[in-house]
Amino acid sequence: MRDQAARAAVRHVLARIGRYVFLCLVLAFFALPLLWLATAPFDDTPTIGISLPRFTLDNFRTLLDNPYALTSLVNSVWLAGGTAVLVVVFAALAAYALSRVRVPGRDGLLYGLLLLSSIVTGTATMVPLFELAFRLNLIDSRLGVILVLSGGLLPAAIFILKDFMDATPTSYEESARVFGASALQIMRHIVVPVVRPGLATVGVWAVANVWGNFLVPFLLLRGPDKAPAAVIMYTLYTEGGQADLRLLSTFSLLYSLPVALMFVFVSSRYGFRFHGGIKR
Amino acid sequence: MSAITLRELTKVYPNGVRALDTLDLEIADGEFFALLGPSGCGKTTLLRTIAGLELASAGSVSIGDRAVTNLPPGQRDVAMVFQDYALFPHMTVRDNIAYPLRIKKVGRTARHDKAAATADELGLSALLDRRPGQLSGGQQQRVALARAMACHPQVFLLDEPLSNLDARLRLEARTFLKRLQRELGVTTVFVTHDQAEALALADRIAVMEGGRIRQVGTPTEVFRRPANTFVAGFIGSTPMNLVPARVHGDELAVAGVRLPAPEDVRGRLSDGEPVVYGVRPEYLDYSPEPVPGALTGQVVVVENLGSFSLVSLDVPAGDDAATSVQVVVPEGREPAPGDTGWVVPRPGRSLVYRDGELVTGAAAPSVPAPRTGVGADA
Repeated sequence: MRDQAARAAVRHVLARIGRYVFLCLVLAFFALPLLWLATAPFDDTPTIGISLPRFTLDNFRTLLDNPYALTSLVNSVWLAGGTAVLVVVFAALAAYALSRVRVPGRDGLLYGLLLLSSIVTGTATMVPLFELAFRLNLIDSRLGVILVLSGGLLPAAIFILKDFMDATPTSYEESARVFGASALQIMRHIVVPVVRPGLATVGVWAVANVWGNFLVPFLLLRGPDKAPAAVIMYTLYTEGGQADLRLLSTFSLLYSLPVALMFVFVSSRYGFRFHGGIKR
Repeated sequence: MSAITLRELTKVYPNGVRALDTLDLEIADGEFFALLGPSGCGKTTLLRTIAGLELASAGSVSIGDRAVTNLPPGQRDVAMVFQDYALFPHMTVRDNIAYPLRIKKVGRTARHDKAAATADELGLSALLDRRPGQLSGGQQQRVALARAMACHPQVFLLDEPLSNLDARLRLEARTFLKRLQRELGVTTVFVTHDQAEALALADRIAVMEGGRIRQVGTPTEVFRRPANTFVAGFIGSTPMNLVPARVHGDELAVAGVRLPAPEDVRGRLSDGEPVVYGVRPEYLDYSPEPVPGALTGQVVVVENLGSFSLVSLDVPAGDDAATSVQVVVPEGREPAPGDTGWVVPRPGRSLVYRDGELVTGAAAPSVPAPRTGVGADA
């Protein structure tokens, strides 16, 4: 009897140890790159391994000497900001209309757009996109990049926001209408505040998408003076094709910080939700 | 003056549904008016057409002496309280109540003062800084009423005002609503599917079916003298007994029994004509002993409803058919199922319907005519 209980206890402990070892391995798998990102920029001879850094800020100084490093971050902000604004504004208007007006074949349309959008900004349409931008005189223009990226993000953004709009009772708007509010007032006073978590989610998601996009700006922008950080990162190699780990790690850190900070800020301010619904 | 006049109002939805069918109605100034009917009868469409949220396909709406048929809702000087109250979840109670004034470009201080004053009238002062999500159902309703009151409209429109409240709260809110309407004296139209609510609250009721008005009248008129068998079956917590009958001179043959025809219909019926004899369960007296002029049958079901019981009898109606007659029996005198019972209609309380319409001696037409000078007590 006691023997059996003891064996069960041992088995229980072993199972628990096994589970934690497994979790630690998974955690390490994801944490190590982040750890590298946190230590390598401050090491005077970074490697691809992780070691206790010999602390220095020289890497940052070197990076600042690079003429394109900081400009590229500013370029990224422009592209991401511009795209996010376009996507949020147009997706909100489209989602509102799609949610409130009966359009025949609406759901089919939405799913079709969603499916195609993954192709639009993808590699498959590289050539026609370039051709289009060329004909429209949008080569080497930030606007061109913003438009192409917005086009790719809009369907998914509309899809997410439509759910938020659907979850907002029409009686809110009707109530405001009876009090004499204009369409614009209803949008400003009622709809936008009510779906604000959705707008925040879509905005952040658009920024993160543009921030990490390499292909579109690489294709459409010619010189390094307009290139965003994702493209400049690609240039931080020595002539021989060897990565300059000091510059690369430092730049990576600077590159990832803004997006991480934005996530924290927006999530604490508005809260993220990927579904509609009113918290009453 | 803020009477509401509807003339030949018709609403056809794009999918072809005729929600309102050439409807005429006049609602007097200061009246508390109920639109009553089963779901899908067009009552909510009618309310929304008065509000301007739906545009009439034909006909006209006027409020006071202004024709508002094609005006947008904001210019009709009406306030609407929605079934779900439609309080804006991101605004405080204060901002919610002040919202109509914000649209009217009233300054912040002035509108907050007005909101505070209105909230005070409805006992909401302590809740001004809360969000709607932190309020109970009854409080939310009062905030919605306060918001409607704040802009001093000519007309209040209430869509199912009590249906979102639980049963207990509903009675309280009903009394509150009636008192508020009396005190404000503003023309109020409300929609309900609950006949008890309509009887309790309204000065006058319009009973609707299939986009048409079947009867308009005071609660007493509608309850005592339903103009047709539809209204007779819809009004009252227990539907009226409607038994097929045949005319024999001044008498009616009802379920094998000769009953005297109501006095006001005598001479208006032709001999041998098939009619429907109607009497409310409340207006029947039950007797365990045989009495003259009584319908008789076997007790099938006894439903205890507190201070009284609803007793169903199977009354043989000739041709082996049996018809069910319900009667209200006061407590302590309930029969047992299986007993044989006799029920006598009280004099002056029975009605005769021919082709579904009330046969009546009074000149009152069964189609509602606009009334003037209604609501002497309003």
